[in-house]
Amino acid sequence: MDILTQQLFNGLTIGSVYSLVALGLTLVYGILHIPNFAHGALYMLGAYVTLTSMLLWNFNYWLAIAISIVVVGLLGVLMERLVFNPLKNAPPIHDKIAAIGILLFLEALAQLVWGADYRTMSTPYGEVVNVFGTTLTMQRVLINVGAIVVMILLYLFLKKTFMGSTIIAMAQNRKGAHLVGINTNKVAMLTFLISGGLAAIAASLSAPINLVFPGMGHLVILKAFVIIILGGMGSVPGAILGGYILGFTESLGATYISNDYKDVIAFVLLIIILSFKPKGLFSKEGF
Amino acid sequence: MPAMTKKSIALIALIIGAMVIPFIIQNEYWLHILTLSFIWSIAVYGLNILAGYTGYLSLAHAGFFAIGAYALGLLTVKVGLNYWVALILACIITSGIGFLIGLIALRTREHFFAIYTLCVGYVIYLVIDKWDSLTGGVRGLIGIPAPSNIGPISFQSATSQYYLILFFLLATVLVMYRIVHSLTGRTFIAIRNSEELAQTIGISTMKNKLTVFVLSTFFAGLAGALYASFIRFIGPDIGYTAIIFDLLTYLLVGGIGTLAGPVVGTILIVSVSQSLQFLQDYRMLIFGPMLTLIIIFYPRGIVGMVSEWKMKWFNKKKKTPAEKWKSTYSDSKDVREDKVKEG
Repeated sequence: MDILTQQLFNGLTIGSVYSLVALGLTLVYGILHIPNFAHGALYMLGAYVTLTSMLLWNFNYWLAIAISIVVVGLLGVLMERLVFNPLKNAPPIHDKIAAIGILLFLEALAQLVWGADYRTMSTPYGEVVNVFGTTLTMQRVLINVGAIVVMILLYLFLKKTFMGSTIIAMAQNRKGAHLVGINTNKVAMLTFLISGGLAAIAASLSAPINLVFPGMGHLVILKAFVIIILGGMGSVPGAILGGYILGFTESLGATYISNDYKDVIAFVLLIIILSFKPKGLFSKEGF
Repeated sequence: MPAMTKKSIALIALIIGAMVIPFIIQNEYWLHILTLSFIWSIAVYGLNILAGYTGYLSLAHAGFFAIGAYALGLLTVKVGLNYWVALILACIITSGIGFLIGLIALRTREHFFAIYTLCVGYVIYLVIDKWDSLTGGVRGLIGIPAPSNIGPISFQSATSQYYLILFFLLATVLVMYRIVHSLTGRTFIAIRNSEELAQTIGISTMKNKLTVFVLSTFFAGLAGALYASFIRFIGPDIGYTAIIFDLLTYLLVGGIGTLAGPVVGTILIVSVSQSLQFLQDYRMLIFGPMLTLIIIFYPRGIVGMVSEWKMKWFNKKKKTPAEKWKSTYSDSKDVREDKVKEG
């Protein structure tokens, strides 16, 4: 019983991180119909920017995260402007290849700037707390709370503000949105900004319990793809739900099935789903 | 048709050029690099027929490459089969697995297909990496024999290996040429341009897509098997996703959806990255942006670029139909097909 609660909590933590990454991915997909393979690189850079501003300028953890959000968000915008916007009318295969090019570049860049070593990030929240007999580290609690706060904020932004509604409108129908006077270019940039910001938050929150290295985005991005297929491409609630489902499956699978093959679970799950439902579990109009 | 003869003369000159290279280049290292890039070219041709002509971007090709390599390695090292039997079996095994995967994977389309195959490729890599008792895990497989003799011909020297691989490459190009210029090839292009339309005019898209997928895995497997016997050592790394990104770079630089593209791109990039050895892990700093820039500005790579120039030059000389050509050309990308044939 004890192990079960511990694992459930772990699953919740992993799920939170996955959900945040998948949210960024699903937003971009919803707007531009691009599977942004470079999103994993944004995630990785998010962790590095936070780490650097903490080590180099001795910034406080929260300030470092804020800087990271801005930097990675702007990088996302830059990507949209320089690469995806010119490819607007190109066949879909081109977007994918362009995104892969960016991914390769950013990874090599990170390796050049920060080296290939595995780094650890220290956190001001290292203490251990005891809740109902389970031991939790503060950082893990922080990940959960932080992710939920971010999700609520994102939800409020999308549903309650004018800018948020323009994103939803564009996801529903790009031409229609353009017709009613929405500046689709601006919305696309905004979406990339949010997407990059979400990746930076996810990476900065989870980095203290993982390691920071240039290839850290690989598995996460693949799993995020699994999640958005699970939850429906472009669907926001789907991404959150899918993230937690995958998080729980993985942490339980690692304990009760095999720790070696825990990374395979996600992909096998995806292969099974797509074998039966070639367009994902839910349709994409899921906002 | 003077153009046609000019073309075949050029082609024959190229082949003869490739034949005499071992006599010109005495440096064994460069011969090795050239042979290696021929092997990669075969795999890139496999990718090209699927991604370039049919429009399905498969990211599982490194996995199939690894399956071919491991099939050959295991059959020769652990089972002790004759090399040529093992080579044929390796191709059959890879295409068989490709058939099963294609059966399911091809139900998905566009992005789903790319993501699905990416995951399939990753699973193949993980299975090879973790299945210690069969594949040797991270330690890899050593002692794979070189091709065994056929009658009096032995394949021990670097030069003879070069000719062997060249033979396979030429055979691959020939098969590709025949396919692309046949009705089947036209069918593939029709599927790429619009799957719905292809279906409407009575093309069985699933059957054709499956044929293409199996064909492309066959060439990936062949390249993998040749690689295994050429390098004589294989590790799980050859199935990693980084390899598929390399293959994509070769294909894109050379020209996706063109006949000459794969071999041009592969030889160019492989030799350039050999000259840029000092960059090692950082070569992606150059190749990454190059990939992105090429897809934005020259979606058909070097070969496409050259045929575009040729077209413009040709039009200038003729003058009168230039305007007409230009307008049709900029109107739709499909018109490019006619030029692709020339490449």
